[in-house]
Amino acid sequence: MITAAIKQTGRYVELMGKTFSKPDNWKMFWRQLPKEMEKLGVNSIGIIVLISVFIGAIMTMQTILNTENPMLPRYSTGLVLRDTLLLEFSSSIMSLLLAGKVGSNIASEIGTMRITEQIDALDVMGINSANYLILPKIIGLVLFMPALVIFSVFCGMFGGVGIAYFTDLITMSDFLYGIQYAFIPFYLTYSLIKSLFFGFIIASISAFYGYYAFGGALDVGRASTNAVVNSSVLILLINIILTKLLLT
Amino acid sequence: MIEVKNLHKSFDGKEVLHDISAQFHQGKVNQIIGQSGSGKTVLMKSIIGLYPVDRGKVLYDNRNLPDMSKRDISALRREVGMLFQGAALFDSQTVINNVLFPLEMFATQMSKTAQRARAVFCLERVNLPQTAFDLYPAEISGGMQKRVAIARAIALNPKYLFCDEPNSGLDPITALVIDRLIEDITKEFEITTIVNTHDMNSIMEIGAHIIFIEKGHKAWEGSKENIFTSDNEALNNFVFASKFFKKVKQSVNTTEEL
Repeated sequence: MITAAIKQTGRYVELMGKTFSKPDNWKMFWRQLPKEMEKLGVNSIGIIVLISVFIGAIMTMQTILNTENPMLPRYSTGLVLRDTLLLEFSSSIMSLLLAGKVGSNIASEIGTMRITEQIDALDVMGINSANYLILPKIIGLVLFMPALVIFSVFCGMFGGVGIAYFTDLITMSDFLYGIQYAFIPFYLTYSLIKSLFFGFIIASISAFYGYYAFGGALDVGRASTNAVVNSSVLILLINIILTKLLLT
Repeated sequence: MIEVKNLHKSFDGKEVLHDISAQFHQGKVNQIIGQSGSGKTVLMKSIIGLYPVDRGKVLYDNRNLPDMSKRDISALRREVGMLFQGAALFDSQTVINNVLFPLEMFATQMSKTAQRARAVFCLERVNLPQTAFDLYPAEISGGMQKRVAIARAIALNPKYLFCDEPNSGLDPITALVIDRLIEDITKEFEITTIVNTHDMNSIMEIGAHIIFIEKGHKAWEGSKENIFTSDNEALNNFVFASKFFKKVKQSVNTTEEL
């Protein structure tokens, strides 16, 4: 098992070496990049909005209902929501969700290209297939991840605002005071740094499993599952390391 | 011309190709034939360089592929066109964009208009109707997909054309159209064409120079006419396996005797 893991890591590093080389044609790269940003990033906004708004609203309600203590100031709900969104939800949990959506998309797309010989066709033409297919995906997702994180933070807060507006659990002024209270700007930087790492993990690990898919439709499905599982595990692992490095 | 000398290839210690030497001539349709699992696809992919060879030479007009640098291999690949078994068209791109792809990638000195004109010429050369130009590969028939793949393969004026089982999945009439197209293009553009097949109709139709592979060995070499007079048992068992082709052989030999 250890030998297999070392072998896989070696293949991954080798693939990344091929991926991060000079494109055969820069014009084609610049043409692919916005397409990938749209496919992987823009098309994920819908799910990000939906989940962030609802989780923001639920977290607001849960915080209010579970911290009914006269010692705790009323504005603490907004503060808890803001810091939870900034520190973990909008970067880490959102990345886990994106590993499912975007990761499976990348792995199945590249995997299908592999089993239908489209990647061989690129290789025969003398094109660095890894560079042509994978680099725009990695760069596109890494560039778009911070935007998704910021979007998610605002949508989560909007969910909380909705609770303050539509229910009498908390007043709007207390909630708004809380989300502005004792703001530490580095938390945002921390969240954005994490999102860059997670974007790279999702795109590169999923591309790796797709690129080395072998066989038929079942194997593409397997590659897709492996991509989601392994990128999720790696996100959790890197999350611990980055938290230790950046916050302690 | 492509020449293979003493080629050996193995996977996980198991030798798949044993000491293969052969010549593939310019302006002719050279066929690699053999049963499934005989090693013909490995041979073709080794010649193209998709599989690195263990030992031996693969000479493209005296340029040995295994000795080439990555840059030289990349340059050589631009002289190569390939028709894959399943066409391998990029399904996210339209028919015309599939043919434009190698031109946009490598023929950067050409203007956009010239690139498009070349793509249209290639598609018209393979007799594809203009109505199909803006369709996606999934929207056209298997035969049309093969024709688009041929058009893409010849877009950069290749010196060498490889076809991996070009007739697989096609009805006999469409298969014949594809065979004729490969033969015509080979002669018209003086290309060295290598076709990997086990389709007997194709062998009889366009096989100018045939190499028969059995269990990773080159078991026989000759023209389609020589097949009828060959006493190679393995070749006869393969080519004349069906009752129809047995009768064809009998009738040809009887006529010859007469």
